[in-house]
Amino acid sequence: MPQSESSTFKTLMRLVPYAKKAIPRLVLGIFAGIAAHMFALAIPQFLQDLVNSLVAGGVDALIPAVGFIVLLGVMEAGFVLLRRWLVLTPGTHVEAGMRNTLYEKLQDLPVAFHDRWPSGQLLSRAVSDLHLIRRWMSFGLVLFVANFITIVAGLFILFTFSFWLGLIFFVTTVPIWIAGFAFEAKYKVVARLSQDQSGDLATRVEEAVHGVRVLKSFGRGAFAASQFSSQASDLQSTEMRKAKAVANIWLYLILIPELAIGLSMLAGVWLVAQGEMSVGTLVAFFATAMVLRWPTESLGFLLSFTLEAKTATERFFEVMDELNPITDPKSPKQVADPKGLLEFRDVVFRYPDAAEDTAPLLDGVNLRIQPGESVALIGLTGCGKSTLTALTTRLYEVTGGSITIDGVDIREVSRAELRTLIAMAFEDATLFSSSVRDNVLLGNENENEADLKQALEIAQAQFAYELPDGLDTTIGEEGLSLSGGQRQRLALARAVAAKPRILVLDDPLSALDVDTEAMVEDALRHVLKDTTALIVAHRPSTVMLADKVALLEDGKITAFGTHQELLRNSQHYRYVITSLDEEQKEREVNI
Amino acid sequence: MTLGIDWALPRAILREYNELWIVVITYLSAAVMTSVLTYFFLMLTARLAQEMLFDLRNRMFVHTQKLSVEFHERYTAGRVIARQTSDLESIGELLAGGLNELVIGGMFMFFTAIALLILDPVSFLVLLGALIPLALLTRWFQVKTNRGYRKQRVASSRMIQYFVETMTGIRAVKAFRKEKRNEKHFGGLVEDYRKHNAHLIQLFGIYDPGLIMIGNMTVAVVLLVGGFRVLDGSLGIGVLTASILYARRFFDPMEEIAIFYNSYQSAASALEKISGVLEEEPSVPEPSNPVPFENAKGKVRFEGVQFQYSTGPVVLKKFDLEIPSGQTIALVGTTGAGKSTLAKLISRFYDPSLGRVTIDDIDVREVANKDLRREVVMVTQEAYLFSGTVAENIQLGRPGASLEDVMAAAKAVGAHEFITRLPDGYDTDVNKRGGRVSAGQRQLISFARAFLANPAVLILDEATSSLDIPSERMVQRGLKTLLAGRTAVIIAHRLSTVSIADRVLVMEHGEIIEDDSPTTLAAGDGKFARLYKAWRDSLV
Repeated sequence: MPQSESSTFKTLMRLVPYAKKAIPRLVLGIFAGIAAHMFALAIPQFLQDLVNSLVAGGVDALIPAVGFIVLLGVMEAGFVLLRRWLVLTPGTHVEAGMRNTLYEKLQDLPVAFHDRWPSGQLLSRAVSDLHLIRRWMSFGLVLFVANFITIVAGLFILFTFSFWLGLIFFVTTVPIWIAGFAFEAKYKVVARLSQDQSGDLATRVEEAVHGVRVLKSFGRGAFAASQFSSQASDLQSTEMRKAKAVANIWLYLILIPELAIGLSMLAGVWLVAQGEMSVGTLVAFFATAMVLRWPTESLGFLLSFTLEAKTATERFFEVMDELNPITDPKSPKQVADPKGLLEFRDVVFRYPDAAEDTAPLLDGVNLRIQPGESVALIGLTGCGKSTLTALTTRLYEVTGGSITIDGVDIREVSRAELRTLIAMAFEDATLFSSSVRDNVLLGNENENEADLKQALEIAQAQFAYELPDGLDTTIGEEGLSLSGGQRQRLALARAVAAKPRILVLDDPLSALDVDTEAMVEDALRHVLKDTTALIVAHRPSTVMLADKVALLEDGKITAFGTHQELLRNSQHYRYVITSLDEEQKEREVNI
Repeated sequence: MTLGIDWALPRAILREYNELWIVVITYLSAAVMTSVLTYFFLMLTARLAQEMLFDLRNRMFVHTQKLSVEFHERYTAGRVIARQTSDLESIGELLAGGLNELVIGGMFMFFTAIALLILDPVSFLVLLGALIPLALLTRWFQVKTNRGYRKQRVASSRMIQYFVETMTGIRAVKAFRKEKRNEKHFGGLVEDYRKHNAHLIQLFGIYDPGLIMIGNMTVAVVLLVGGFRVLDGSLGIGVLTASILYARRFFDPMEEIAIFYNSYQSAASALEKISGVLEEEPSVPEPSNPVPFENAKGKVRFEGVQFQYSTGPVVLKKFDLEIPSGQTIALVGTTGAGKSTLAKLISRFYDPSLGRVTIDDIDVREVANKDLRREVVMVTQEAYLFSGTVAENIQLGRPGASLEDVMAAAKAVGAHEFITRLPDGYDTDVNKRGGRVSAGQRQLISFARAFLANPAVLILDEATSSLDIPSERMVQRGLKTLLAGRTAVIIAHRLSTVSIADRVLVMEHGEIIEDDSPTTLAAGDGKFARLYKAWRDSLV
């Protein structure tokens, strides 16, 4: 038990660096909280004098006593106000700071991390877990400490009233601590389970929303709902286990102090009867014991709150502790006057979670692309073409070998510089919710209007001018929905507008119709004249764009040369790129 | 307690302990009863709360799934997610923490007040007087927080939306070095959310001590009034002490109730947002009396159909079209010509603005969704994979299909080979958004899905765009078997697919400009002939 206690403590201590600025105010807040409780405790103290003096029949005692109690009441409220003022605003700063740090970290972590982590889990960490930690820090922690000290102080006061009564009261409350420890052990587990299950549920929600078109076209809404429902019901039963643990601890937290009061009453009345205690003292004793009831009862919920904060903290640090293998070098090199010579040397790549006994996806790729040369990358679907393009900007890191630009290893330049040298267009065109202009100029340092215009023209994306607000139309998630072809053209324009030395295009024209494709290709040719390019292609038309063709097969470049050369010499190339098999030719003839 | 002091104590002084025992035992049994009942009460409220939350969650999920594509495009994924996560959570918070507090607290206050009334009506009146400032303070708090929470929910959903968008598009974020700009923007959203939060917390920071203040002042007044009466001799000391204790205890649960009230306000504005979604009517509503629709033949007809988005320009000009059952149609034309829209009208992603779309002479609006979806399946270019195994993703086409059926479907579309080469074959986890499966492979999987679904009308919207030529060849061979005896609408930019069609429709600017067999069209001198020639030239 002490072990788990210290680990809860240790975990929560990890929050200290994030809460540094808030700590002085938190500590003051705790003092203010204690002061407020003390004043609350003091009120019954004066009741004792008052009742005693009333027994003596002194009118003069009444007014000052009432005055005192008013004063104490004002002080209590004042300190509660102070506590809240001290503690709550800095708490929100801590939350915001942690959220920004998490976001930064997540953006920094490699794509491989994001492949592994469902974004629902990330979302639940960034929003609900941090929300919980903030509430705990500015509310749970402060009350926990303040209430604890109040209880100790209250017990002390009880002892001063009467040693025996105090002792009885104290001994009777011991089982609370035992119940508390048992509770901690149980609750920690379910609290974590429940947070993870909420994260899974969030993932399920996210997928169902993003995949709503698929679910709709297959009419599988009900099926998805039943899956969701069964997950929600798992979460529900976990929540019930939590509730049961809480109800259990409440049972003890209510029962035990009441038993203590009952027994003290027995003893107290007996003591008064024996003449060892005044009536006033007995009244004050009970009043104090009553004041202690709330802090004692609240321990249950504060304890569960603390445990939830602990697991939320753990979940936060699971992401923060993630090592990023793809970092900037200590002293980054500059590629001075980049020419754009892109070279792959014995590049080996295996996905980190691939089985040990399988061959690497890329197994010794050697490819040299001269400055200004454009190379089409051809290969069967799933052979690693897209992966190879992702390696160039270190979205993934090579497992072996190296990639160099003008002879400099890409791991020796900063990621920002590398990604300035190389611009990419992905097959699934990701657009962000902002204007067309912002989307296209995303990689353009100077946000140059002429570049924007030119890029839109090259990508045949002139349709953008005809959108409701022209180039200022908001597109993407929050904005206008564009067709697949339109999105792809904007993504292509974005890559072109970045004016990179090297263009890496992953099947950039797949969603375009034949006419548009031809126009884009004509325009692209001008750009490619003096830009190094690596273009993943499936269609002969796209291959025509490039000067050379590289054939990727079984993780290696097995053929490299012009389209005509490869057609002549490589059977696999003919298999991959020739669309007219015998059967089809016959049909063609019929047409 | 009062009994203990006023009744049992004097008796005890006279060495009569019976009364003391009675009082103590009664007190102890009351304590046991209270705690045991509290336990059951807590369990009961928790069950109730969880049931309600579960129900709300499911309703929300089912409802958003029911809403049309048009809604999802307008409302955006991020916001729908925010509604179903953080907004539901704040309601959960209220139900989990608040409900029992309110009931316990409320009952506690009620019974304390009653006890005080019986004990000392004068003190009770004092307590009653205290309710006036209490009500005023609460009203102020309510008005302020109502406004604040609404703003906070908006700020929070903006933040969530941006977060989701970043994580979904992380590749592009990295490739174009958007990190720093994102940090600034997200930081702004976080700060905005923080400000709203801090404001709300400050409101509560005034409300709570305000309540304590009222409570303490009430105690003081009870004491003052009671004190004079004790001095008059009209009130026992025990009664006064008890009155003060009751008055004080009356305010004990006040803080908890205030906390409850605060989370109630938060939940109320979340509920407002949620019910906003729940009130959305699907723009393609389910018919109330669906026409039975089984074993469809697949004759599709457009009768005077015109389509435009609610206020936008006309996307499809008024037209008539009949597709006999079993015919394979290819839709050809530039992007934005309205091909997808036409296809989406058949599968009822949208309803036409004018005219009607029928299948087997039944208006699709009169068919129950589940029947329509069984007979009409649409495969789109974005081949979305759900987390789970490859087999599960294919099974989506027909839940409960056996592994043999899944494999047969995969074989038919030529996906079997690459699937068996995956680390765990059909049991391979496709990861988030198919991270480990290439775009072409994803399309093959979604093809297999459609194969398994076995519909009467199949719509392929650019479903082969990412396939390499060998896979496409394979798919086309599969398509021949798949399309036999089925109505099919194929939208393809690559004319290789067109060759298997019985009939080609060329579209431009929302109109069908050519409509004939591919042979005839290719031989003519229209747009198709030109496209076809260009395409032939591009081949090797």
